[in-house]
Amino acid sequence: MGKMHIKLTVNGKPVELLAEPRELLIHVLREELSITGPHIGCETTHCGACTVDMDGRSVKSCTVFAAQADGANVTTIEGLGTPDGLHVLQTMFKEHHGLQCGFCTPGMITRAYRFLQENPDPTEEEVRFGMSGNLCRCTGYQNIVKAILAAAAELNAVKEAAQ
Amino acid sequence: MIPAPFDYHRPDTVEAAVKLMADLGDSARVIAGGHSLIPLMKMRMTDIAHLVDLQKIGALKGIAIDGDTVTIGAMTTQQELIGNAALAGAAPIIREAALQIADPQVRYVGTIGGNVANGDPGNDMPGLMQCLDATYHLQGPDGAREIKARDFYEAAYFTARADDEILTAISFQAPAGGQAYVKQKRKTGDYATAAASVIIAKSDGNCSAASIAMTNLSDTPVWCEAAGQALAGSPLGEADVENAVRAMLAVINPQDDNKGPAEFKRHTAAVILRRAIERAASRA
Repeated sequence: MGKMHIKLTVNGKPVELLAEPRELLIHVLREELSITGPHIGCETTHCGACTVDMDGRSVKSCTVFAAQADGANVTTIEGLGTPDGLHVLQTMFKEHHGLQCGFCTPGMITRAYRFLQENPDPTEEEVRFGMSGNLCRCTGYQNIVKAILAAAAELNAVKEAAQ
Repeated sequence: MIPAPFDYHRPDTVEAAVKLMADLGDSARVIAGGHSLIPLMKMRMTDIAHLVDLQKIGALKGIAIDGDTVTIGAMTTQQELIGNAALAGAAPIIREAALQIADPQVRYVGTIGGNVANGDPGNDMPGLMQCLDATYHLQGPDGAREIKARDFYEAAYFTARADDEILTAISFQAPAGGQAYVKQKRKTGDYATAAASVIIAKSDGNCSAASIAMTNLSDTPVWCEAAGQALAGSPLGEADVENAVRAMLAVINPQDDNKGPAEFKRHTAAVILRRAIERAASRA
């Protein structure tokens, strides 16, 4: 029951580390790799604060063993934008007051990123359904939904201009 | 919330996985999506020394439709069920049910095999599989065998699957008629307070055949044969629907829990079944 050798690609960079199979992906990201954007909220698969993108799927990294993620391509909020170059979703969360305390925000934005890849022009109802695995305990859902709809519109405008 | 230590294995064939399970014995468990198992492991409610991860076994993935026969690999995720257009054509009730399971993140990872094999009475797919009269395909050290979903569930978390067997696939005949999966739950991500799977075939305006199964209203899913028979041959009038509801209420056995008292669940089950019959009939 020793440590195992795990290879991941995290935010585009290959990383290798030793971890016990029982270590959860969220623990490896935060404690081994110092990637602290994904948060530990409920740790029971409910709240979505730990959401990361893994091989093109939104997953709750508190419910994935690092061993299961061996070989995976993982993107966290750190991989979506930087303080100097915000992702459109980050800009829209800022402009539409899509965050209050900010604890749920990295999970919200990482989930919204994948959701808009799959549904680039969603209705409000589709946004609410697509975001239903993420909880905001400030209950600021109204502005989160607004921010995601605004990001979708902005991303689509950029796409159209490019064509 | 850190589970007890275990060794991790990732075989790449069913045969290798079956051999591992046989060699490792009682302390080995397979893991599919893990979204039922990992929470239990975190609470240290399990005794697992070896985790056999099925994710790399390509033969366990995918949806095949050959004529009327639908075969779904056990490691197919809920998200893959939702996104498969051919499956939505052959058995739209699966997509309708899968969309009501947990939340988006869980559906990307959770598998149909894990959902049916775990034996959790709260899971949505077991009742649906009984409604469809699906067949489960198991592989063990003595070879492959098949068992009907209607014969699979013994009690909560107890099924006809032996510890050293792996569920590899699910198959069923694409049903004729209208289908509906109706679920009452308290919030996103919750298990059903009551849910109903209903398939209704019609001929000349009357119901020619019906299949009804209920979820989370006993310690197993409940296929309600008499409820289906109450509808068969009827014009699906109000009295016929009430006959089916009475037949259903006679075979469920809900318990008081944090979703409500048993009497409330019986009330909810009746409401949900009426809605599901109406919806399935309107689609037939």
